[in-house]
This record gives sequence, C-alpha cells and structure tokens, in this order.
Amino acid sequence: MTSSPLLALAGITKRYPGVVALDGVDFTLQAGEVNCLVGENGAGKSTLIKVLSGAIVRDGGTITVAGEEVELGSPAESQRLGIGVIYQDFKLVPALTVAENILLGSEPVRPGTPLIDRSAMHARARAALAQLGEEIDTSVPVGRLSVAQQQMVEIAKALSRNVRILAMDEPTAPLTGREIEGLFRVIRSLKARGVGIIYISHRLEEIFEVGDRVTVLRDGTLVHTCSIGEIDRRGLIRKMVGRELENEYPHTDLTQGGEILRVEHLTSERVHDVSLTLYRGEILGLAGLVGAGRSELARLVFGADQRRGGRVILEGREIAPRSPYEAIREGIGLLTEDRNRYGLIMQMSIRENITLANLRAVLTGPFIDRKKEETAARALADDLRIKAPGTGTNVETLSGGNRQKVVLARWLNTNARVLIFDEPTAGIDVGVKYEIYTLINRLAAEGIGVIVISSDLPELLGICHRVAVMCEGRLTGVVAGAEATQETVMTYAHGNRP
Amino acid sequence: MNARRLSAKLTGEFGIGIAFVLEFILFAILSPYFFTPDNLLNVSLQASITAIIAAGMTFVILTGGIDLSVGSLVAFAGIVATSTLKSGLPPAPALAAGILAGWAVGALSGAFAGFFITRFNIAPFIVTLATMTIWRGAAFVWTDGRPVWELPEAFAFLGTGRLLAVPVPSIIMVLTFVASHIILTRTRFGRHVYAVGGNIEAARLAGIRTGRVLRRVYVLSGSLAALSGILLSSRMNSGQPNAGVAYELDVIAAVVVGGTSLSGGTGSIIGTFIGAMLIAVLRNGLNLLNVNSYVQQVIVGVVILLAVMLDRIRRR
Repeated sequence: MTSSPLLALAGITKRYPGVVALDGVDFTLQAGEVNCLVGENGAGKSTLIKVLSGAIVRDGGTITVAGEEVELGSPAESQRLGIGVIYQDFKLVPALTVAENILLGSEPVRPGTPLIDRSAMHARARAALAQLGEEIDTSVPVGRLSVAQQQMVEIAKALSRNVRILAMDEPTAPLTGREIEGLFRVIRSLKARGVGIIYISHRLEEIFEVGDRVTVLRDGTLVHTCSIGEIDRRGLIRKMVGRELENEYPHTDLTQGGEILRVEHLTSERVHDVSLTLYRGEILGLAGLVGAGRSELARLVFGADQRRGGRVILEGREIAPRSPYEAIREGIGLLTEDRNRYGLIMQMSIRENITLANLRAVLTGPFIDRKKEETAARALADDLRIKAPGTGTNVETLSGGNRQKVVLARWLNTNARVLIFDEPTAGIDVGVKYEIYTLINRLAAEGIGVIVISSDLPELLGICHRVAVMCEGRLTGVVAGAEATQETVMTYAHGNRP
Repeated sequence: MNARRLSAKLTGEFGIGIAFVLEFILFAILSPYFFTPDNLLNVSLQASITAIIAAGMTFVILTGGIDLSVGSLVAFAGIVATSTLKSGLPPAPALAAGILAGWAVGALSGAFAGFFITRFNIAPFIVTLATMTIWRGAAFVWTDGRPVWELPEAFAFLGTGRLLAVPVPSIIMVLTFVASHIILTRTRFGRHVYAVGGNIEAARLAGIRTGRVLRRVYVLSGSLAALSGILLSSRMNSGQPNAGVAYELDVIAAVVVGGTSLSGGTGSIIGTFIGAMLIAVLRNGLNLLNVNSYVQQVIVGVVILLAVMLDRIRRR
C-alpha cells in the first residue's frame, strides 16, 4: 500500500437506546478495491453504510477520505465527498425518464434561463451509461425497465456525481444469473477506473468471485479482515457466526406418510396445468427461474389469486379456497416472499404480528385475552429465538432475520397442516438460515407437508426430499435422490429434458 | 393501569395530552367561570355532536380511508328521523321508529360507500365525496328545503335532557368512546382495522377478510354520524336540511389532532377524544374571553397545525 487509503474509518461507534449497533469498528478501502462487508443480520453492516451515506451520525470515531479527516454529518456532505450508495430498494422515481433520474437534482439548464436543457441532460445520461457499457434509451420512464436495468441507472446516477466510493447493499438479490454476470463486469470496470467498492452480500460465492478483501462484522464489532485469498468459505462462515457449523444444510430422511395435498391440472393466468402431490412429512422443493410461476402456484393453492381451472385436494377432500382466509381455515399456510411488503404489519408489535392469522385462539368471549396472547407469542418468540427486548417491540426495529422469524412464528401459530415457504431465507444470514432449515425439518418430522420455494439451488437440494421444477408456468420435472443435481434441475428449469 | 403508566401514556403516546392540560390550566387562570361544573358540562355538550362522529371517523382513518359524508348524513338522518316521528304513530313507537329510521340511513349509507370502495376499488375520498353530495341534496329534496318542525315533546329529551345534571348527549358521547376504545383495542375486529390500515395486502395474506373490515368501518362511521344527526335534531327541536355543513372537517381535525395518521395503521380512540376536547375547550375558552369569532377561527386553525407539528416532532 502506497499513500493513505481512499477511505479509513477508525473506532466508529453508534449507540441506540439499549443497543450498541457499532462498537469501535475500523474499516479501510483502497482505490480500485472491492472490500466485501459480511456478517449476520444485525451485525452492523447497514448501520455502517448509513454512517457513510450521512443518513445517521456516528457517536464516536473518525472518518478519513483520501487522507483528509471529514465530519460526515449529512447526506449532502457525503455526496459531495464522492460517496455513493446503491440500496436494495432503488431510490428512483418510476414515472420519470432514465435521463431525468440520472440527473435528478443536478439537471443542466440553458445558460441564463431556469429551463432544463434536455439535449444536454440526455447526452450526460448517455455518457454515464456508456461508462458502464450499457445502452438504455434515456427517454424511457424508469418504471418500464427491468430490475437489472434500473440498477444500472442507479449506478450511472452515482457515476454522474463523480463517486469515488460506492457501497452496494445486496445488489444481486433481485438479479438473474446472466444479469449478475453483467453487474460483475461493471464492478470490474469501476475498479479499473479507481473507484473503491464496498460490497455487501449474503451470497458467499459472489464474495469469492468479485472481492479483493473481506471484512467480517459480528454484533457490531470488527471480527476479521483479510485478503480474499487467505480465507475459504468454511472459514468465512465460522468467522461470521462465531462457531463451527457442522454442515450448511441439515438434512433428515423422509419418514413418508400418506398423501396430504394433491393439485390436479391447476391453471391460472400464469400457471398452466400443474399436477403435483405432497406427502405428510415431506419437504418438497419448488425450483425454477425467476418468473417461472412458482410463487403464483403457491398463491393459487393459498387462494390468494384467481383460479381458472383444476382441483386442490387436501387430505382426500376437495377444497376450493377463494381467499387466504378460507385456505387458512382449511389448514394451509403461506409464508410469502418479500416479508416487508407482504408479510409484516410494520406498525405492529412482534406479538400482534404473530397472533394476527389466528386471533381466535387467544379470545376470551369476544375479547382478545392479553395474557393468552402474550403467552402464545412469548412461547413462539422464545422457541424461534427472536432477538428483541420483548414481544411488545415494534417489528420495524428488527433485523431481517428476526423479522422473518416473526412471520414464521405467525404460521406456526395457525396449526397449519400444509405450509408453503416462499424464499424463506432471502436476505438472511448463514446462522439464521440454519435455524430456519432446522425448523423446517422439525415441522416435517411432526407430519406437516412442507413446500419450499427458493432461488438458492444448493439450499433446495440440501434440505428437500424431492424438488419439482417449473418453467414458464408449467411443471417440467420432479427430481429426487441421486438424480437431484444442479445440472438436472437447471435443465428442467430451462424447459429441456436431461 | 396505574398512575405512572397513565401519565406516561398521556405524555408519550399522546403528546397532545400535555397540550390539553396546559390549555386547561391557561383558561382556568384567565377566566374565573371556565373551571366551573356548569361550564365544563357545557363544553362536553358542545363537543358531543362532532366527537361522536369522530369516534367512527377514527376507525375509518385507521384503515387509511376517509369519510366525507358524515356532515351530510347528520342532516339527512336528522330529517328522516324527525319525519318518521311525525308519521302519525303513537308516541312511543314513533320515537323508536324515528331513531331506527335515522340510524338505518347512516348504516345503509356506510354499507353503500363500503360496497363501492371494496367492490370497485374506488378511493374512499371519491366515494364519500359522492355520498356527501347525494345526502345533502336528498335532505333538501325530501323537505323541499324547509325544516321539519313540531316534533313530539319526548324527543327533545335526547338532545336537551339531563341525567344527574349531565347532558344526555355528553353521556352518549362517553359511552360511544368507551365502547369504541374497547372494540378497537380488545376485539379481533379492532386488531384487523389496524392491520388493514398498516398493510392491506399483508393483512389479506394473513387471512383477514379485508373487504369485510372496510365495509364495517364505513357502516360504523355512518351509524355514528346518524346518531349525531338524531341528537342534533333533538337539540334544535327540528330537522334541518342544512345541519352539519362542514362537520366532516371539524371531525377530521379532531382525529388528526389526536395523533391518528391519515395514512392509516396508527392512532387511538383516546387520542381522538383528547383531540375533540382540545378543540372544544379552545372554542369555549375563547368565547369566555370574548374573543371575536373570526379571530377564533384563525386561532383554531393555528392550534390544529401546532398540535400536529408537535406530534410529528415527537415521533422523530
């Protein structure tokens, strides 16, 4: 290392009432380097990024950018210093065009007038996109672009502001395989231009592919930092969770019971003629590319979407749920994808979120019995080890993993006999993932039929007894045992036969 | 609830509580007549009509909706109730029929609005703007624009009577608030109201029949507006087609000052009660101090803004 690093954080501390989110964290970033920030949910990664972006002000520690100590008290100052952040949920205005978004807040004007110079704006937007090797029509509203294109617009927006330091929070979460390749190409070209990149991801294989260095946080403290060549996957996981995990995917053998759920010729707008059987105690995986119709199939069984044809047979009896209300009464539960949007009521407490789908169980007469409710919620919160001061804690203050546990607890509270989990481990750290796998195994052992939808193929193959594969709304194959390899599943997922 | 928790709630959950207490003390110092039983009962009577509607409006706003039709319903329900009273039935049945008919107007109006909101997914603002216009027009059409006079004497008791010196509307107001508070905090329906307002899709996927919850809150709001309409016509001893004009704004002000968020999901009945009382006490205090009524309007507007501003600052 030659001169002073591009960015140096020393002893960064941030306290919230009752919690130390960051405890004396040191972090450095060189120009043209990708430093991967990893750690479990709640380890302090997001807080660190927020300190950098100026969204929150640290309680202690110093920040040096290119050798100069800076205050970093506001987002404006952070931007001026050339620090950019790409968040998971993009900060774009869907109705505005690509050019308008890229130059939002710094629109070029015709000299001497207050009028926006449209041709200059489009030229500058195109130039920013060209640096990424992207050709996107700058006059199209951002809302009409694919997620990957929107992400490129976000990066171009940062570039047009001359970023030197770019933090990316789970940038690959919404992307498909090919799009991820594209993103990595862009990251490499940014590196070549001397941009320092802070890369946050739960997908460890990406870190080994794109990272130069890795920094591990645990419980708000710096645990480890080293160059990527000095550590392997197993070692990294150990640093993150602070203990050895025997294996990533706990697997139990199927003690097969009888059929519990059968769908026949199920059809909707996005699902075409799907027939499938689920057995008592079985964990059935549902694989496929994004948009293959897996979530749609789950929503059909759960009565959340309109059905066009086909039958659903639960425990030998045909049911026709027309709403989630009816499906839940029949004994089906669906843990939806995107817990923040479709799962949690953010204004409510842990307790209220847990009991929401089965308030009947805690009634005394017509009234909610506070004691019964607290007992039920407390038992589940303890069982799932939800980390919070109490069940009255607002869910909005929880980390992603704990939020997911709250939604899980809600479905455990319903006595469902068939449970469908849609991307249960998305955006969740290794430790909590393991807890969720163990829980799924336990549910299956109790005789519940479990369906797991996941885009993480090793995960599906690791925990499921059988994996059904979908492509463009159709069921293209079901694999089990020795046949269940990534290759066969991907072949089916593309609609081919092995 | 012990005293410490209660005071914590008044200052924390309902920051508006402090403002209310300060206002109370201020007027007690400035006007010797303010802090007398007579005056305080008078304030409660004056507040009762809009406060009762505000209880229903709290449910609607908690779901993220709005009900603009309440002012018109006050008039139309009052007209229908008073007209029914004069239909020639014997006194006791006439009284019962009148109240029932007035209430039915409110409940049906709410059901009607709820149907359009849930079945066709039209914004509550639009649907209730329409019903607001419809019922105001209907009140004038029904009466030819003339008040309904010469009501049976017994009817006046509802609006002007007293039980142990307490005005009957004040008693009805307190009962309404106690019942609303219990429904909202202790029943499944109440919990579902918060869930629907917090995240309607997540609520549906948790098995809540969201359409049913929405229809019910509009029926409740319409019913309480009708109840207020009956009380007001009893107090005025006539059914007036132009009664309750712009009440919806006073009612929304009380709910919002009480800390309920217009975007739904957070708020409380106790907050609304304090909000309604804060505004009523303000009007009463300014009257006692002989403040010109135009100036009063300016002050009330400023106080609404300040109260909501304080609430925002506190939540940060």
